Amino acid sequence: MKEYRTVTKIQGPLVFVEKTEPVAYGELVNIVQSDGKVKRGQVLDTSDEIVCVQVFESTAGIGKDAGIRFTGETIKMPVGRDMLGRILSGSGKPKDGGPDIVPEKRLDINGAAINPYARASPSEFIQTGISTIDATNTLVRGQKLPIFSGAGLPHNEIALQIARQAKVPGSSEEFAVVFAAMGITKEEENQFMADFERTGALEHAVVFLNLADDPAVERFITPRLALTTAEYLAFELGFHVLVILTDMTNYCEALRQIGAAREEVPGRRGYPGYMYTDLASLYERAGIIKGKKGSVTQLSILTMPGDDITHPIPDLSGYITEGQIVVNRELHRKGIYPPINVMPSLSRLMNLGIGPGKTREDHKKVSDQMYAGYAEGVDLRGLVAIVGKDALSERDQRFLEFADAFEDKFVRQGHDEDRSIADSLDIGWQLLSALPEEQLTRIDRDLIQKYHPKYRK
Amino acid sequence: MEVKSKTKGILKRISGPVVTAVNFDAHMYDVVRVGNEQLMGEVIKIDGDKVIIQVYESTDGVRPGEPVENTGLPLAVELGPGLLTSIYDGIQRPLEVLMEKMGSFIERGVNAPGLDHEKKWDFKPVMKKGDEAAPGAIIGEVQETNIVTKIMVPPNFKGGKITEIKKGSFTVDDIVCKLDSGEEICMMQKWPVRVPRPVIEKKNPDVPLLTGLRILDGLFPVAKGGTAAIPGPFGSGKTVTQQSLAKWSDAEIVVYIGCGERGNEMTEVLTEFPELEDPKTGKPLMERTVLIANTSNMPVAAREASVYTGITIAEYFRDMGYDVSLMADSTSRWAEAMREISSRLEEMPGEEGYPAYLSARLSEFYERAGRVEALNGNMGSITVIGAVSPPGGDFSEPVTQNTLRIVKCFWALDAKLSQRRHFPAINWLNSYSLYLNSLGKYYDEKISPEFNPIRSWAMEVLQKESELQEIVQLVGSDALPETEQVTIEVARMLREVFLQQNAFDAVDAYCSMEKQFDMLKAIRKYADLAYAAQKAGSPIAAIIAVKSKNELARIKYVADYKPELEKILSDMDAEFVKIREA
Repeated sequence: MKEYRTVTKIQGPLVFVEKTEPVAYGELVNIVQSDGKVKRGQVLDTSDEIVCVQVFESTAGIGKDAGIRFTGETIKMPVGRDMLGRILSGSGKPKDGGPDIVPEKRLDINGAAINPYARASPSEFIQTGISTIDATNTLVRGQKLPIFSGAGLPHNEIALQIARQAKVPGSSEEFAVVFAAMGITKEEENQFMADFERTGALEHAVVFLNLADDPAVERFITPRLALTTAEYLAFELGFHVLVILTDMTNYCEALRQIGAAREEVPGRRGYPGYMYTDLASLYERAGIIKGKKGSVTQLSILTMPGDDITHPIPDLSGYITEGQIVVNRELHRKGIYPPINVMPSLSRLMNLGIGPGKTREDHKKVSDQMYAGYAEGVDLRGLVAIVGKDALSERDQRFLEFADAFEDKFVRQGHDEDRSIADSLDIGWQLLSALPEEQLTRIDRDLIQKYHPKYRK
Repeated sequence: MEVKSKTKGILKRISGPVVTAVNFDAHMYDVVRVGNEQLMGEVIKIDGDKVIIQVYESTDGVRPGEPVENTGLPLAVELGPGLLTSIYDGIQRPLEVLMEKMGSFIERGVNAPGLDHEKKWDFKPVMKKGDEAAPGAIIGEVQETNIVTKIMVPPNFKGGKITEIKKGSFTVDDIVCKLDSGEEICMMQKWPVRVPRPVIEKKNPDVPLLTGLRILDGLFPVAKGGTAAIPGPFGSGKTVTQQSLAKWSDAEIVVYIGCGERGNEMTEVLTEFPELEDPKTGKPLMERTVLIANTSNMPVAAREASVYTGITIAEYFRDMGYDVSLMADSTSRWAEAMREISSRLEEMPGEEGYPAYLSARLSEFYERAGRVEALNGNMGSITVIGAVSPPGGDFSEPVTQNTLRIVKCFWALDAKLSQRRHFPAINWLNSYSLYLNSLGKYYDEKISPEFNPIRSWAMEVLQKESELQEIVQLVGSDALPETEQVTIEVARMLREVFLQQNAFDAVDAYCSMEKQFDMLKAIRKYADLAYAAQKAGSPIAAIIAVKSKNELARIKYVADYKPELEKILSDMDAEFVKIREA
């Protein structure tokens, strides 16, 4: 392979090389430092005069004396069944002391868009055992549902609880977890790994770790490696794969860093204008394909800077993902776990996965009624702060109590408490029965007759 | 002397979806084939001998030095029988054919024509030999689904006397008609997507596009041939509203563009539409629908083109004399595609990095809507309904603002409403329709002369409620004067009974104008009785506790609602008689 020594400029993660043979866009590049160390990069811009290479590791140690080798192919990763149970670095190298992956196939890490015509509609209810998700923001197989959280909130615990408890009731198909960490701390890593080991989840997991002190640019490829692995497991080997990506905020910061180094015209808050498209190329790699056995379900975690849901990262994510689970600081302060605020939370695919035959016929109406009741109760809290509780009408007092009970009984549950969907809905009915019956306008009369505790034997 | 133009060039630079080629002649917006894999692209800039091209497919692995070939033609769509029930990507490649050719994932370098060139259609002429066929004239028909595709003389033809016209079964490429001008007509015509199809005249729209959504038909109607925007933050129900409109609006043809949106959502449309029935014809909704799906992870340049592909197809059906409605979800993603390409061209950015021509492109697009007299004298219309996804729900951002300057209907989605599961989450205070005056006559004549007054009354009550709510927030509703407590109760009924509508309920998803009017009248009746009872000194608690009015919400879910409504109304009378006697 030809090695060029024509580096003209190095800036941040970018290396510019001139006078090369024609180099392909997106080609994988090896950079040999003068001390013999080899680093990897990718072609970002190519012309017959100058080629711009983005290096996936730190450019420290790269000088004009570095040798540049173009490999002639775009970035491909080796994938195989024996990846299950392995721990890999953010760039896909073994990190657990084990052997290299025996490749059954080599796949382009950028993947390709699933033809919308080839997609099958997600419809299988996943029971996570968490009431605020199962009953009011249902997760469905093939969905991409992120957790919007803030710094210092227990999003990792929630993600782990979901990974532990998630199942499709009545199904015993093969499942796998692909876990990709981007820029998380060593401590967080330990928390995840300890839990995986404790529950034996590691056996059917593939773990990619890019820690806080690993190069930021590597974060650019970590989720792509993880999703390529997930697609391989799902669509070639037939696994039902749950992908956990954490933390997408760190990924976006890396994207901004690269954009700035390339001197691009920035969009909102300095993030690149193509961030929507770039995030979509990750989030959209979830779903079910007609005629294939497996599925990819995505659960990404992102921390909202300053708890601001309008910040570009949660905002653009929310426009792509099929809903969001919002973790709330106020509930956390009240000591409620999991502190999920159902009001801004949403699952867009909920209606596809619930109802008779899947969960229960009253599911949707109970959920809507609880939302409406909780929203009214929360509004009344503002009023109580001014006029006092005694000034409220009796009806309003009931709603106020409903909101408190909702947080205490429905939202709050134990770290290992695995509620069935029937349990979650029954808790809902229990709480709703404290409201005057004529206020249950969202629920049909026959459902009230069937499920309301008053009429139940 | 004619200079032979060079159609083949060489690639010089590749930077994502934007590539530079040299050494060939090109015109703006010519379609070119890029690289060894013949990827499809379009010329977007010419600078000296450099030609800059946006490529509709991924350019990974393409090298400088590879060939570029100019087709010499602008990006065009194929128009003819076979469009209906199709689902295309942004550059009119049928997704079904792409799946057959390359499997479940969209790879590149695959060519697929928009229409099926093998299939034979039954062509029935409506003109005969010797007739004068001017550009745009309808020469024959093809019965497709329950819709008739009319075969027209292409608008860019000279036209002339028919020398021969056939009848029978033909492919879209077979010549079915010859003119004395020497022109030969087949069932398919091609039209460049960036050029509006010509018409005789644009008319003022004066007929509403009925959608079955109470808040739209009742309060903020859009006219056939009008323009409307649905802006809203994520999760406020833009897509559900767009889909409701696509399903239930009384247009004859629906073009739905999923521009940079979610893959699973398009799949939902694909699985749902063939199963749903058109409330008027009883046929599957899919039979009147053309879908264009360019999901967010499909190439960005094709996303830019998808909107033009859609509106050109809509114009083709409009020229046949149909009422077409076009939904674009979402125009913000389209604007972002422009931004992305503009930034790769290193153009000087306008606001928030969007190109300076954003406003011009948006208004050009919306101007292709309208109620028109087509070249053949038929009246047709295109109603454009664009979803806008403002970042952070902030309506002051450039795409929303530029859209608002153009459209006449504004349906403001509100995240607060959707959080309390008030659907459709359209805010009744911020929304508006500028078509109320021009449509007033239609409502007077076709529904009832009482409709416009009762509409104004409902709006007044809702407006009044928002003022009263500010006081209620401070002191509670018991502190209000009694008449105003009645107002609050009436407004609550308007919100919960009339405005809230369940898109997922088989009956409530579509509400006829008659039912809408009946519901408004029933609420008005309660209001009149309540104010009268209050004036007569009856206790306010009893007035608000009237049981029968709570039953009104349930008639939403009853198809044959009239008997039930009558019973509720007579119960209401009886209850008020009791209250006044007490």
